[in-house]
Parts: sequence; structure tokens; C-alpha cells
Amino acid sequence: MSGTITLTQGLNQAIDEAMAADDTVFCLGEDVAAKQGGGVFKITSGLTEKYGENRIRATPISETAIVGAAVGAALAGHRPICEIMLMNFVGVCMDQIVNHAAKLRFMSGGQTNVPMVLRTTTGVGVGFGGQHSDMLEAWFAHVAGLKIVTASNAADAKGLMRSAIECNDPVIFIENVISYGLTSDDPGKDHRVPLGKAAITREGTDCSIITYGRTVMDALEVAETLEEEGISVEIVDLRTIAPYDEETVLASVRKTGRAVTLHEAVKPYGTGAEMSAKIHEELFNELKAPVQRVGGSFSPVPFVALEQDWIPSKSELADAVRTAVNWKK
Amino acid sequence: MTDQAIDRDKLLDIYTRTTKVNRTDERFRELLMQGKIAVMYYCVRGQEVVSASAMAALNDDDYVVCTYRGQGEQTAKGVPMEAYWAECLGKATGTCKGKGGTMHITHPETGVMVTTGVVGSGLPIANGLAMASQNSGDGKVTIVTFGDGAANIGGFHEAMNMAQLYKLPIVFVCINNRYGEHTAYADHTDSVNIASRAEGYGMRSAHVDGTYVEQVYPAIQEAVDRARAGDGPTLVEAMCYRMQGHFFGSDFSYMPPEHIEEMNAEDCMPKLRNYMLEAQFTEAELDAIIADVDGQLDVAVQAALDAPFPDASELRKDVFEEEIAA
Repeated sequence: MSGTITLTQGLNQAIDEAMAADDTVFCLGEDVAAKQGGGVFKITSGLTEKYGENRIRATPISETAIVGAAVGAALAGHRPICEIMLMNFVGVCMDQIVNHAAKLRFMSGGQTNVPMVLRTTTGVGVGFGGQHSDMLEAWFAHVAGLKIVTASNAADAKGLMRSAIECNDPVIFIENVISYGLTSDDPGKDHRVPLGKAAITREGTDCSIITYGRTVMDALEVAETLEEEGISVEIVDLRTIAPYDEETVLASVRKTGRAVTLHEAVKPYGTGAEMSAKIHEELFNELKAPVQRVGGSFSPVPFVALEQDWIPSKSELADAVRTAVNWKK
Repeated sequence: MTDQAIDRDKLLDIYTRTTKVNRTDERFRELLMQGKIAVMYYCVRGQEVVSASAMAALNDDDYVVCTYRGQGEQTAKGVPMEAYWAECLGKATGTCKGKGGTMHITHPETGVMVTTGVVGSGLPIANGLAMASQNSGDGKVTIVTFGDGAANIGGFHEAMNMAQLYKLPIVFVCINNRYGEHTAYADHTDSVNIASRAEGYGMRSAHVDGTYVEQVYPAIQEAVDRARAGDGPTLVEAMCYRMQGHFFGSDFSYMPPEHIEEMNAEDCMPKLRNYMLEAQFTEAELDAIIADVDGQLDVAVQAALDAPFPDASELRKDVFEEEIAA
């Protein structure tokens, strides 16, 4: 256990280790096999050579068939990892995700379950435009029966992916194109990060920033800036977006008395709205300021020239924290 | 003359399964008519022989994926009657603890893995069951049933293409009852038939009259045997009729009188009875099977009527593996 790994390597290692440990783990998706280069983002690189084409199945461009096959294989007790290349493409296979993967355990009275992972990537800031960039986690967070996970760093990516594969319920695992190159100290073989547990990425006393995925890095930068102004920021990295770790979130806000939610997804009806509502319901009398929300602009993601205007900025985040800290009742 | 392509034991097996499907359907409509139960039910009258033949072609541990009009496959595959009826009545003793209902009967012990309420959604899932069998080499075959209406949804095409690409051990059984909801076949597609679409995917197909056991059973059995041998999937289209409308109580006004006349003349049940008699089964033997099934139904229905409803705490269970805190 030495050196560093990238987030891409973390995901690849988690899948590799899981496939080595359990014959029922297999991958399917567009371009995932060796013949196609091991995936557009190389997450399954090198695995076809080890596990063969049945367990690294390159599929036609057929998202409904891909997710449906994952659901079916999972019902048979296998642990499929299917890939929907870019998150916006979930629009063509939502039925399989929300009507089947999410509900079959419940509708069967617990006789069946769907231990599958749906990997998908997305992200604003790479110039992919309106149909290849959205963070759509709130769509899935609104559906009972799905777990939604995303990693802010390479070590967590490895540990969360391994836990997602071992989870007995369907997990939507969101990756961010911009984060693939992030590096962490190598957490070693068989690293696991439990689902449903948030991390306190930075401790502070004045205001909690609750976020996940790529924007955790933004929050860390902003926290450093605000430290110079004498504002002590605590950062909660949810890691599992839904169902989220209410206990850790509420404990942090109870301590600081202030909260800002931050996500790349559009602000209206976002996960931040749910957390804000929860915090107000539980901690209204202890809050020193109303919860502030920061999120993407409520428009389709634009092409390159306007992308940075669209994305929630660090200055916007810093202002939201200052608003909370300077709030006068 | 009767072509004795189906051996007598198998024929008796198919007759027994068909009787279960038919009598279950009759009983369902009777109870609904009498107002003793009030649940959604999609009648299968006119499709009994297709469902029974398809299930008789499978081993006990093979997989089935069907639709909301799946009573035929469910009872013919062997879902225990008491658990079936209890589920249909929303009772805690049902297959799914009363949480799935008539459109989501599930019973993995008999291989009934999914009953979907969404037209066409079962095909991609069935591929996954077959993929698991292909990966593990467990030798199981999956049958997925669906109607002619389902052949027009995207998932049908995606699933057919993928199944053939991987040579999955699966049989696609299109129960063509000539109507998708209230829309007649000719008003939803110009395809000469559904089976013809298989060619476009390089898949083998069969087009049979599903009102004749001697046509539909051998076609599905051959497809199942080929799938099990690793020779890939088949699309079997079995023509039949939906003799009781889209769901119980729905009207027939959209069906032209000549269609209704044809459907009554081509009823699969008297045809099967005649075939059995020609095969030297006696009226008494066949009547005894019906009486036996009716007796089982009496017990199952009464038990379901008497069973308790699920507790509200069930809402927090089976959403995830871990129970949701109250």
C-alpha cells in the first residue's frame, strides 16, 4: 500500500477485485470490452483479458436492454454492473430503473431483490452541452428503492464502488468526467466505504457546507478562503446522496447552527431543497440563519462560452456562507 | 385424424394446466360479477392453451417473465393456488405479502420471476435472467410472454437484437390476441405478423395457431430445446383471441361483430377437449380433472377471503434490504 491512485484507477480496481472475489459480478455496457478499448473512460480497461467477454459484455446502443438485462441478471442472484455512458441517457431507460430495479423487491414482498450497480458519468465544464452534462440525482432520489452514490475523491470512489457492488439493492453510481483524474493515497486492496455514511471532510464551527461529488473540492477551496476572513467552515461530504446520512448532517448543523447546501445539479427541486427542509423541520429553533442553497442555473447546460456562468461558482458559495454567518435575526 | 406428435403424458399435463388457467379465469370473473371481490383483473379467456403449452415446455426451475395478463403463465407454471388468490385479494398470505397484487404476481420458487404491469418491459429483464444462466452455465431457459401490442415498444426491438447477438437461452412468446388495449392489430402495425420481425435480427421464428395445442406446444418445445442446447433464441408467435375484453368489465364495442363471431368459433377450449377425446382420453377422465381443479379453487379462494390484510408496517419493509425506520 504505497503511492497514489486516480479516481479512474480506484473504480477499475474496485470492479477488478469484486470480479475476482465473486463469479457473479459482471459488467455490461456500450464499449466496455477490450475490443472497444475498455470503455470510453477506461473504467473497465484490462478486465476483459482477465474475465472474458461474457463478464465484460460490450452491448449494442440499447439502454433499455442494458438496464433490463442488469435487472434480470440481478433477480437471478448475479451482481451486474451496467454502464449508461452518460447520465442524460437514463432518459431512454427510466422505466427499467424506476418501475423495475427500484420496485421489484417491494412488489414481490421481498422474494426477489436487485443487487445491481448502474454506473453513469456526467458533469458540467467539459463542453458537452445540454444533453451530456446534467446531474440528475434528484430524479432518482425521488424514487423509493434506489441508492444513489457519488465519490468526491479516488479513495472513496474505490471504497464506495466495492460497497455498491456488494449492496443487495440497486445503486446508481454517479461519476463526474472532471473528477476522473483526481488522485488519492492508495487505500489498498479490498477497501470499502460503507453506503449511507457521510464524511466530515473538514471540521469547522461557524457553518456547515453539505455537498457531494465534484463540488466537495470547491467547498474545500472556499473554506480556506473563508478561514482567512475568520469564518470556520465544516464540510459534510454525503457520499451516499440517497438515502442520505441525516444523522451526520443534522449533527453538523446542530453544532454550527448554519448550513449551506451545494450541488452541481440545478437548484430548484434539488437534493439541497430536501436537506434544507429537513434541517428546518428538525433544527428550526437552533438555527442561527435560514439554510442557504447553491446549485446550477435553472436552464439547460449551455455550450462552452456560458458553462462557467451556469455552474455554481466558488464566489457564489462563499457569498452564501457569508450570508448565513452575517444573518441578523 | 389426430396427429399424435405430443405424447399422452405431456398431453394430459397440458390439459391439466389449461384447465387450471381456464377455471381460474372463470372463477375470477364469477367472483367479480358477484361483487365478492373488487380488484383489477385482466382476463385470459381464449389464451389458455398458449400459456399452458408454453409452461409445459419448461422445467420446474426454468424462468418465466410475464405481464399483467399473466394468470395463465402463473397458474400453469405452478404458483400455488392459495398464495396466488391471496395475493390477488391483497392479503398478507399472498405470494408477495399482498404488496404486489394482480399485476405483479411473483413466485421465484416456481420460476415466476417478474410480472410486469408495463407493456413490453419484461423482454429486456428476461434477457438478463437468460444472461445469468449463460454466464453460470446453469442450463435454465427463460420464457418471456407478451402481447402483439408489446411488439411496438422500443424495448422489444432492443431485447430481440441483444438476445440474438449473445445467443441467449430464451424464448420470446408473443401471445397475439389481435388487440393492443382497444386497438386492433391492423390499426397498430402494417407488419404481416410479429414473427416476421425476427428475421430482421437474424433470429429464428415460428408463427402458429395458438388455439391448437398440436401447433403451439411443439413449436414452443422445440424453441425451448434449442435454447437449452445453446442454439439461441426463438420468437414464437401464437395466434389466439382475447375473449373477455382488455380488463374485466371493459366493453367490446370496438370489436366488429365478425371478429366476435370468429373468436367464439375458434375458442381453444372445445378444440383442446376434442383433441383429448381423439387421443382416447375419456369424458369422465377429463371431467375429473376439471372437478379436481374446481375443488382446489374452492379451498384456495375461501382461504384467501379469510386471510388477513398486511399490516401498515409493511410499507417500511422491502423498500430496501434494511427496514426503514418508523
